[in-house]
Amino acid sequence: MDGFTATYLWPGLIMAAQSLLLMVSILVALAFLLLADRKIWAAVQLRRGPNVVGPWGLLQSFADLLKFVLKEPVIPAGANKGVFLLAPLVTVTLALASWAVIPLNAGWVIANINVGILFVFAISSLEVYGIIMAGWASNSKYAFLGALRSAAQMVSYEVSIGFVIVSVLLCVGSLNLTDIVLAQGDGLGTRLGLPSSFLDWHWLSLFPLFVIFFISALAETNRPPFDLPEAESELVAGFAVEYGSTPYMMFMLGEYTAIVLMCALTTILFLGGWLPPVDVWFLNWVPGIFWFIIKALFVFFMISMVKAFVPRYRYDQLMRLGWKVFLPISLAMLVIVAFTLKLLGTA
Amino acid sequence: MGLQALFFYLFAFLAIASAFMVIAARNPVHSVLFLILTFFNAAGLFLLTGAEFLAMILLVVYVGAVMVLFLFVVMMLDIDFTELKAGALEYAPIGALVGLILAAEMVLVVAGNSFLPKTAAGGSSPIPDLATRSNTAALGDVLYTDYVYYFQISGLVLLVAMIGAIVLTLRHRDNIKRQDISRQVARSPETAMSVVKVKSGQGI
Repeated sequence: MDGFTATYLWPGLIMAAQSLLLMVSILVALAFLLLADRKIWAAVQLRRGPNVVGPWGLLQSFADLLKFVLKEPVIPAGANKGVFLLAPLVTVTLALASWAVIPLNAGWVIANINVGILFVFAISSLEVYGIIMAGWASNSKYAFLGALRSAAQMVSYEVSIGFVIVSVLLCVGSLNLTDIVLAQGDGLGTRLGLPSSFLDWHWLSLFPLFVIFFISALAETNRPPFDLPEAESELVAGFAVEYGSTPYMMFMLGEYTAIVLMCALTTILFLGGWLPPVDVWFLNWVPGIFWFIIKALFVFFMISMVKAFVPRYRYDQLMRLGWKVFLPISLAMLVIVAFTLKLLGTA
Repeated sequence: MGLQALFFYLFAFLAIASAFMVIAARNPVHSVLFLILTFFNAAGLFLLTGAEFLAMILLVVYVGAVMVLFLFVVMMLDIDFTELKAGALEYAPIGALVGLILAAEMVLVVAGNSFLPKTAAGGSSPIPDLATRSNTAALGDVLYTDYVYYFQISGLVLLVAMIGAIVLTLRHRDNIKRQDISRQVARSPETAMSVVKVKSGQGI
């Protein structure tokens, strides 16, 4: 019995505690990020944004949470009940599942698996199911149209995201997310003879891919200007039109978790994860998690700004951008990166 | 009988149960959803054997891409469920026969161990220890050296299939307005508009 406790029970309990801690901190952070998103959006449009609940409206998200939870969930008569309720659960579970492999600092990761980036990619390719199931189970044409749009959109942009990830992997030589961050300790800057700094991170050496990844991340998470699945002006709210109260909140939660995950992924792949911007003693003394959060928040700020001032794409334009612009560019970049690595003798 | 065995039985049971539900479910969309669950459990089984790369690729390719298209098609088809169900049992013997043949073939292949002859026999490169070489890298070692031609040919076959599908379905229609982004961007005020002086009361 002692063997069982030592091998399974303790590690299992510790892992469960870690997961719970990470989940709770993500959800609390999300509450404020949601508010930040609305505040940034409001500031661009010279509005105040939410400012009633709590000081500066800080508790607005919690008020929204209470409102959602206390309302009565309505299930349409023609809906496929099981699938209808399963869809938001799938969305939110998958969005949270990817966080298991995200390293927030050196060694701060729940599952340090050696196919980490593939796991994230696999889970994000599953996220489309929540939306398709919601669209179909609602038994409404607006919801179904939204779901179809969304599925086509997510599948299209996954292709270019895949090529971007492969290019980064070529530079690193590992599928492990921790290795990807550590590999950015030396790069373009150190080759030029400079000390280890932010010039080494992939954003500079793979700049076109950084841009493609950022825009594809917007499309993948259905953020404006690519929020066609919900396009409130034509499809009312797309796949979520029949949803209300807690199930709807879970869709929102899943969507925002996916967005923050994309911020974290951009940080890991292109912005050097928890590495300090310049390798000097007082910046090294700052805990790595601080740099990670700062970088992820910067990416989130950019995503919010895009929402505020880019008009929505038309659907054919969206497809054109994905297949005719991003796919050839990322494919060409993959070949260029492979050749460059071969010429430099690093691969 | 450790935790591994427990998870094996969990995944195996769920895989078989959901595979059964694929053919037992009344609604075809539910069938496809159960098929997805089957794939999911198969990926779990791959993980247990230490083939984490295959597990992830199974998820990305089959669940993330192929099944999405499946689900698309099944959702959009207007199928009469009861009519479809009526003759299902007549095909059961044929299905059982096909399953039996497949199982026999698999046993023959695994027993004969005739796949990957070079790796099995030691071949050009010795098999590295699993602890030192991840199976992603090990797969790459074999795939891009000994089997590079087969790999390229299979890629080519897929490319031909893709081009074939596009050629079959692409219809270039005239008489519709198309957007040419490069032409739009290249327009300037000089080429796009002209200022006309109109005398009042006459029009253009």
